[in-house]
Amino acid sequence: MITIAVQAADFDTGQEIRQLQADRTDVGGIAIFTGQVRDTGDKPLGFMHLEHYPGMTEASLQQTAEQAAQRWALIDIRIVHRIGDLLPGDQIVFVGVSSIHREAAFNACEFIMDHLKTHAPFWKKEYYRDGSTQWVEAKQTDQQRNARWDQHN
Amino acid sequence: MKILFFGNLREQLGTGEIEVPVAPGTNNIAELLEDLKQRGPEWQQALSAGSLLYAVNQTMATRDTLLEDSDEVALFPPVTGG
Repeated sequence: MITIAVQAADFDTGQEIRQLQADRTDVGGIAIFTGQVRDTGDKPLGFMHLEHYPGMTEASLQQTAEQAAQRWALIDIRIVHRIGDLLPGDQIVFVGVSSIHREAAFNACEFIMDHLKTHAPFWKKEYYRDGSTQWVEAKQTDQQRNARWDQHN
Repeated sequence: MKILFFGNLREQLGTGEIEVPVAPGTNNIAELLEDLKQRGPEWQQALSAGSLLYAVNQTMATRDTLLEDSDEVALFPPVTGG
C-alpha cells in the first residue's frame, strides 16, 4: 500500500516505522530515509521555507512510489514531506519502504529519494540570520544520481 | 486559461497566478511563453531561462504540449525538495 502525506506538521519517525511493521508477519525488512534542514552554508541559517504546488505535489509523489512498486517487490511505501517554515535540524522528509528482503527495500528507498528530489514540485528558500535570502539552486548531482536508475535496469 | 508560477519565478514576476484568454494562434507551451514575454521586460527575462519547467493540468509538459482554454498551466524553476 502507498501512503503519501504533504503537511506542515512534524512527523514521528517511530510511528511511521510502526505503521510499516503493522501487524504483518511477511515483512522481512524496512528501509527508511529521513532528511532534515541543515545549516552548513557560509551564512548562518535562520529558517528554510518550503513552497509546493498543491495537488501536483501529491500526484508526483504517488507516481514516484508507483514506479518503485513496479520495479521492486514491496509491501508498503510511506512518504511524508513537510512544507512551510522549518528550522535548522527540523525534519523535512520521511521515506519508508517494507519488503520481504532487504535489497528491494534499500534500493526502493534510495530510488524514491532520488526521484522525488528531481520530480516533486517543491522549492526551498533559505532565510539567513543576517536578513538576506536565497532560493536553493537545483543540483546537477541530483540529476545524475537519478539518471543512474535509468541506466541499470 | 489559469497560469500558476512558483518559487523564484513567482517572485521575479510578482504574481503567483494569472488568468488570461488564450490568444488566437497560441496552441502550445512555446507559443504561450512568447505571448507572456510581451507583458514586460521582467517577463521577457524570467521566461527566457533555459531551465524553466512546465506542467499542464498538474502533469509535467514540454514546449510542444498542446493547450486548451480550460487547462491549468504552471511554470516553475527546477525543483529542490527532499
